[in-house]
Amino acid sequence: MLEFQNVSFAAGDAEILRNVSFSVDERFVAITGPNGSGKSTIAKLIAGIYTPTSGRILLDGVDITELSITERARMGVSFAFQQPVRFKGLTVKDLISLAAGTENGKKISAAAACAYLSEVGLCAREYIDREVNASLSGGELKRIEIAMTMARGSKLTVFDEPEAGIDLWSFNNLIDVFRKMYEKTKGSIIIISHQERILDIADKIIVVSGGEIAAIGEKSEILPELLKGSGGCRFTAPRKEEA
Amino acid sequence: MALDPIQLELLRQVADLHEVPQGAYSLRINGALHGKNSSENITIEKKNDKPGIDIYIKAGTKKESVHIPVLLSQSGLSELVYNDFHIGEGADVTIVAGCGIHNGGSEKSEHSGIHAFYLAKDAKVKYIEKHYGSGDGSGERIMNPTTEVYLSEGAYMEMETAQIKGVDSTDRITKAELAAHATLVIHEKLMTHGKQFAKTTFEVALNGEGSGTHVVSRAVAKDDSRQVFLSKIHGNNRCSGHTECDAILMDNAVISAIPEISASHVDAALIHEAAIGKIAGEQLMKLMTLGLTEQEAEEQIINGFLK
Repeated sequence: MLEFQNVSFAAGDAEILRNVSFSVDERFVAITGPNGSGKSTIAKLIAGIYTPTSGRILLDGVDITELSITERARMGVSFAFQQPVRFKGLTVKDLISLAAGTENGKKISAAAACAYLSEVGLCAREYIDREVNASLSGGELKRIEIAMTMARGSKLTVFDEPEAGIDLWSFNNLIDVFRKMYEKTKGSIIIISHQERILDIADKIIVVSGGEIAAIGEKSEILPELLKGSGGCRFTAPRKEEA
Repeated sequence: MALDPIQLELLRQVADLHEVPQGAYSLRINGALHGKNSSENITIEKKNDKPGIDIYIKAGTKKESVHIPVLLSQSGLSELVYNDFHIGEGADVTIVAGCGIHNGGSEKSEHSGIHAFYLAKDAKVKYIEKHYGSGDGSGERIMNPTTEVYLSEGAYMEMETAQIKGVDSTDRITKAELAAHATLVIHEKLMTHGKQFAKTTFEVALNGEGSGTHVVSRAVAKDDSRQVFLSKIHGNNRCSGHTECDAILMDNAVISAIPEISASHVDAALIHEAAIGKIAGEQLMKLMTLGLTEQEAEEQIINGFLK
């Protein structure tokens, strides 16, 4: 279980998150909210890319607030970037095998690596030896990124806006991939998303606005309110008066 | 005479060979020809007027290879060797050269090789050259290879050069002249560390109609090492040329990339690209989210980049 306890985060003078508290124990939790509300910051705080200015982050009761990215990864935190990273020279197989790690000193087999690619709808034979460089499209990179998190099989996986930068056709496939992940996951999945169809898979939805939690609840409770449109300011956090 | 363990290791590093090669080969150790062997289609002859060999490959020879490794394991040796390759019309062969220096002493060891390739019409060559240095001695390990390439009409040459470890100073010069429809592809990989210095110069003249070249260099400079990359392409006819230098800079290293393209024909299409930068922070971060430490991530990125 992941827990945020009164987490605040500031970059320089700009306060990005204020006293954010929530817990994630469900299979699939979506974090949503307007642009600039602090959603991606939450994802980066979970992965250890940012460290909170104050507050605590716990994973299965262990305080991980001060732990590095590497230490958290080894404890079972996976993070799929909003903008997947390109590597000159490293192949899809290299990355999947790094993600899978070694078991008894052995690397993942080519067949097992290919199975993950097939799961995300990529023809394994075509992709397994491709370099993860500029020749791959945004949608292809996103799928490879997801295949890597599958290969890791960790207890907590965070996806930062998986729908960003991909076309509608790829998006439809992506929804299927997440539905499958929902069925298969042995841990928790947190997805930062604006997409109704992704929110629709979630057990729980957390709404972030203006750096604060505006609402937390079951999908059936939150989703209809969100869909009421721009006029629905029920989840808009009260802005603090300028000092 | 059998090779000693140091020589065998050098041979493995520069030629991926575990013993004296089969087929056509020439093996030079510590300044002298250790052994050579010709095959039906490939003749290797020792030069009489200067150190080095002539290699003749018969027209139409297909799928054969020649190994010509050079090993230096004796400290304080300096040599200059001339090797000429004459490739017959329509031949298709692989040539593996390479130089390994083990310097356990305090004097400098130096190997300078001048390789000239003469490819007849429609001949095809894959040329692989690796440079490697080892040994704890304070003596410098120096290699200064010069490669001259003359491609006749329709000839194709692919050149892979790598210098990954242990060479203190290198000044590499590659010059090529291409006739009509000839193609030259060069992939260079270079890594320097410590106080090493490496200078690479490529000069390709696209003289024939429809000729083309790609000169691609990937380099990593660590510690206090220095690198200079010069690449010149001259388009003298309807042709296409592309030169690219991609370099990762670390620590206190210095890299200069100086691409130059010049054209004297209106249908010459030439492009140059050069980029120098540190390892992208997001690349390190991505691999760290997979459980690697920062140092492990750095190694993976560099190994991949130079693969």
